[in-house]
Amino acid sequence: MNTKNEKKSFFERAGVQSVAASLLCIILGLLIGYLVLLCINPAGAGKAITSILKNFLYFPRPEVALEYFGSTLAKSAPLLMCTLSILFAYKVGLFNIGASGQYAVGAGLSLYLALAHGMPWYVCVIAAMIGGGVLGGIAGALKAYLNVNEVIAGIMLNWISLYSVNMLLTKVKEASTTYTAALRTNSPGALLPGAGLNHLFSDNRYVTIAIPLAILIAAGVWIVMEKTKLGFELRATGLNLNAAKYAGMKEKRNMILTMAIAGALSGLGAAFLYLSGIEQWSCAQTAVPAMGFNGIAAAFLGGLNPIGSIFSSFFIQHITSGGSYVDKMIYSSQISDLISAIIIYFCSFVLFFKSCMGRAVGKGRKGGNR
Amino acid sequence: MALLLQYTLIYASVLLLVALGGCFSEHSGVINLGLEGIMVMGALGGALVMKYMESLPGILMLLAVMIGSILFGVVYSLLLAVAAIQFKADQTLVGTAMNLLGMAAATVFVKAMNMAENVNNVSSSIQYIEQKKAFSLLKIGKFELSWFMVIAAALLVVSHIVLYKTRFGLRLMACGEHPQAADSVGINVCRMRYAGVLISGMLGGLGGIVYITAGVSEWKFENGVAGFGFLALAVMIFGQWKPKLIGIAALLFGLFRALSNVYSGFDALTALHLPSTVYNMLPYIISLVILALFSRNSRAPKAEGIPYDKGQR
Repeated sequence: MNTKNEKKSFFERAGVQSVAASLLCIILGLLIGYLVLLCINPAGAGKAITSILKNFLYFPRPEVALEYFGSTLAKSAPLLMCTLSILFAYKVGLFNIGASGQYAVGAGLSLYLALAHGMPWYVCVIAAMIGGGVLGGIAGALKAYLNVNEVIAGIMLNWISLYSVNMLLTKVKEASTTYTAALRTNSPGALLPGAGLNHLFSDNRYVTIAIPLAILIAAGVWIVMEKTKLGFELRATGLNLNAAKYAGMKEKRNMILTMAIAGALSGLGAAFLYLSGIEQWSCAQTAVPAMGFNGIAAAFLGGLNPIGSIFSSFFIQHITSGGSYVDKMIYSSQISDLISAIIIYFCSFVLFFKSCMGRAVGKGRKGGNR
Repeated sequence: MALLLQYTLIYASVLLLVALGGCFSEHSGVINLGLEGIMVMGALGGALVMKYMESLPGILMLLAVMIGSILFGVVYSLLLAVAAIQFKADQTLVGTAMNLLGMAAATVFVKAMNMAENVNNVSSSIQYIEQKKAFSLLKIGKFELSWFMVIAAALLVVSHIVLYKTRFGLRLMACGEHPQAADSVGINVCRMRYAGVLISGMLGGLGGIVYITAGVSEWKFENGVAGFGFLALAVMIFGQWKPKLIGIAALLFGLFRALSNVYSGFDALTALHLPSTVYNMLPYIISLVILALFSRNSRAPKAEGIPYDKGQR
């Protein structure tokens, strides 16, 4: 029998099991991705999967690799924000599939203020947060007061915001293309400051304070969730709505607040990406930004833990960026979307994986004691 | 006017088919948020049939395309069935994964197929200009009655009868309301839920092929189906999970979707000088408003979304 003093074995710790389950999801996702590559063209499959996994290491010269490492990091920071957004809402029992729309609104507001009004970066960042937050709040209020399924409302809001943002940003696009005007030439004050970080990555100018900020915010989310009264109330609302209500918590306010915070996080993510100047928004975009959906993958892969999310966001962005290095004559870069989708699918089996691990460990111990 | 009617009916057929699919799945107790992905897969199945069996004569082409899309839809919906029923996975998460997976897989597949034929063709499109003609039943002036409209209407009647008049349908609904009670009188809850999800795969797949052949004769799979699976879910909620009401709801939503295709033909609408984007947004805005108005007294099946646990009371 287990006594109280007996230490839990390594494989019985919840953290270890989460990491093991996530690794299993990654391995299964990569394996199936590899099989798909094999089916398309057996000759280049091995090379393709390694270039996806290598991403920036694809470049043999260390300084170039370092520069592209910086770019991957610069794109991981926005993804981390979307991941945190989804994770935060999920802790309260809400599935924030609207992260893409909140992200789009964040991009729209920050770019519009930057290009049309020449606002400095901090104003743009705050506007992006407010925009995303309001949109998230709408979804939360619809759920709290009118019982609208937040997933369906989120999807509808995604499309509405995508079309609205396209309309808004058409006013500040380049004359000859569908892309918004470049920040560097038109509104340099709106670019996020690099604070010397860019020198660490072979002068990659897309490396900005967004990266350390994103990590700090992840830590902040963890503290709010685990160490504050607000976080406790939010988690309680997520675990049992009626119990939270009975205990005197304002469950409706909590729901709206959660979605507003989640929305603000996604909006901030968009500001982190577009205000670094690494990408321009295409006003002819007909698909909602993938960042919000990749955030779902990263949130579950990270075991719904803010600190785990830092690693999972980097990994998802790493393979997404890596997808652009596959041989385009044989494969398409969407292969990495396929791999992340498979990873999300397997993430829904995490509970099952964990219970299997628990059982296996339990059996092992019984045998050992006798 | 004829065009508006035609587009309304064809989009209503799509929404009707997919919403009925969602209806079967939810009545059995499984929330199917993966309908969007199932539509993409069904569309892919149908498009492949059109591409590789282009010489089939009229009615055989119709049948083959339907079988192709139904097959793809059903097989793909197994992903949800296995995860949600066998492994008691979170249905929202599985559905989301299926939507992303459907789009990514279809894109990768079609691109690989196109590239294998012609190295320079990196598009994710399939064309079916000639093949599409097989779906036209008759033409009255500008209005073209499609086979799919007739089939959708027939399936509406069939769904109503199956759900309310047959032993199977009533048992299926029992599993979505109170699976433990259903189990206690000897109904195999697992099997019923499988049936519900697979039927939704069938109808969703069919809806997918109707959608991509509705207005165009070429489909770019990178674009997916633009939230139509979720619009169908809104139709289903507005229709209170009842086939008859779903039929009416689908017509209403179909009308708003059709407006974005044909608004330029109406003087009254062009006089408003609204950008076309507004019409693109319209179906989503309407569905959000309708959801806000009608979700309060939801008649959703009681046990939907909850994995069946024999020991639970």
